[in-house]
Amino acid sequence: MDLYEYQAKELFGRHGIPVPAGRTAATPAEAREIAAGLGAPVVIKAQVKTGGRGKAGGIRPAAGPVAAEAEADRVIGMDIKGHIARRVLVEAATVPFEEYYAAFLVDRAEGGFLAMVSSQGGMEIEELAATDPDALVKLPIDPVTGVDADTAKLLAAKAGLPEQAAPVLEKLWRVLVAEDALLVEVNPLICTTDQRIVALDGKVTLDDNAAFRHGWDDYGERTDSLEDRARAKGLNYVKLDGTVGVIGNGAGLVMSTLDVVAGAGAGPANFLDIGGGASAQVMADGLEIILADPDVRSVLVNVFGGITACDAVANGIVTALELLGERGHRRPIVVRLDGNNAEVGRRILSDARHPAVRQVATMDGAAEMAARLAAGA
Amino acid sequence: MAIFLTKDSRVLVQGMTGAEGTRHTARMLAAGTDIVAGVTPGKGGRCVDFGEREVPVFGSVAEAVSETGADVSVIFVPPRFTAAAVEEAVQAEVPLCVVITEGVPVHDAVRFRALANGRTRIIGPNCPGLISPGQSSAGIIPADITSAGRIGLVSKSGTLTYQLMYELRDLGFSTAVGIGGDPVIGTTHIDCLRAFQDDPGTDAIVMIGEIGGDAEERAAAYIAANVTKPVVAYVAGFTAPEGKTMGHAGAIVSGSSGTAQAKKEALEAVGVRVGRTPSETARLMRSVLSRAAT
Repeated sequence: MDLYEYQAKELFGRHGIPVPAGRTAATPAEAREIAAGLGAPVVIKAQVKTGGRGKAGGIRPAAGPVAAEAEADRVIGMDIKGHIARRVLVEAATVPFEEYYAAFLVDRAEGGFLAMVSSQGGMEIEELAATDPDALVKLPIDPVTGVDADTAKLLAAKAGLPEQAAPVLEKLWRVLVAEDALLVEVNPLICTTDQRIVALDGKVTLDDNAAFRHGWDDYGERTDSLEDRARAKGLNYVKLDGTVGVIGNGAGLVMSTLDVVAGAGAGPANFLDIGGGASAQVMADGLEIILADPDVRSVLVNVFGGITACDAVANGIVTALELLGERGHRRPIVVRLDGNNAEVGRRILSDARHPAVRQVATMDGAAEMAARLAAGA
Repeated sequence: MAIFLTKDSRVLVQGMTGAEGTRHTARMLAAGTDIVAGVTPGKGGRCVDFGEREVPVFGSVAEAVSETGADVSVIFVPPRFTAAAVEEAVQAEVPLCVVITEGVPVHDAVRFRALANGRTRIIGPNCPGLISPGQSSAGIIPADITSAGRIGLVSKSGTLTYQLMYELRDLGFSTAVGIGGDPVIGTTHIDCLRAFQDDPGTDAIVMIGEIGGDAEERAAAYIAANVTKPVVAYVAGFTAPEGKTMGHAGAIVSGSSGTAQAKKEALEAVGVRVGRTPSETARLMRSVLSRAAT
């Protein structure tokens, strides 16, 4: 889970990392009020979970409360690469004397932790890595001993950061560990004219698997989107922009199904993994979410019967369609069952004679039929 | 022959007395696995009756190992207890530890991976385990969808493993390893490729990858330098949008990195044939094997 900048800075503040004074506003009037309270020039920053805000005009200086209101009015509602800025962070303007880059992250390739620090901050890190790779210091971190004061000093010195940056690096590492983060990144980390180190921006990705150790419900944004409705039912669902609704068991098989549907010339409308068990209730919940999507013109159910054999899966589908009643009749549902007891499963489905259901024995053939049906042929 | 797991493997199950542990222990026994012990802290001293065999339960892994000579542990404990369970297996010097549990925090995986370094091979977490058909099964891979044979398989995905095992069931497998779809895992594609290359019982290898990270690209480089046996591959997730996690915690395209297209190109660049669908991948394996036979 990615955090907004303001949430990342709240975390930084809790761990003793200096951040500019500021608060979030959802309306221009609120922005004016916050700016008045800060009593100095401010910066209005769009809160979106994507990079390139500055270039898109989502970060604007304002000399005082009146300007803050006007600028917030411009930024709130702005679409930055498909992300709508619903809030702005109103922050005391802080002038950098120097700009650095600092990050700690999980290194997938090595299965460990990695520090990345540079004295050249402010630009996109991919750009820095490409244009001036020597300016980016990368240091693997021992997962057992971590980053102590000495390691932090070494990091700062290697990257050419001033000495007073070392304690901030050490605290940033603590954020990664204490918060179960996959990434903590500050770009830019700045040194002010009066030699203070301040985190001017913040990006934090938390590990959803570690939620049981933390009170992360605060970060959940509740909306009425299909994705959130699916999540509330414990389903693994991602909305896509095509017309073939897809359900399958197992993340890899579902990803593969999306690709095969695309190969058959149609766009998948979603990713939905109902897991290995594929029980009737989970199948019904899954079909309900998919059929609630107005973009869906046909549905492809792709199940491989392994531990749960196909006869149990077929009974699950029949029960699920009974639970759905009329709603299950409106769009064609192509089912492909394969694996253990596939023939028995297929017979159960054909005996049920549901008007919307048709069966195809292979994954490739089923995807072709679902694609054809979505195209209205 | 097989890799990592053979008919001589003596398997203990951590979390055997839980619902999932009990259910899958019965399945592993039915697949021919020599299950010698269960471990549940605080429940040592009793036995669980699986019909064909009574399996003793121990309070610690160390005790189970010294009493039974177990050399493989399969872990079915909930995520919050998984790190402690793996650490216990590592400290008891169990050579192979298979972590089935889904939802293990990444920091825990990083730490137990570092702890195990060189002492214990960890497979997973969030994986279906491994099976050497006709010999032994450590995990949840269905034993009745395929037969023993000479194909090796390594995969990030459980159900795609089953799909390929089923499509190639007449040819059969030496060992199929599900390495798991988490961002940090104990055993990689490369570890399995190395073992299959060295295994006299394996003639050809199926490798299944998916979006996220660069494990497939690294595997491609490894194949070019070290693998002489034929390899066919499949990669899932061409249609996955950037920035969305597709079911597996590690299955995410970040910016322009981790795409299925890049993985496919890296593999094809070193001569690995990559199927467009699981079925086409199975057909490629058949043609590779029939060419090798002539």
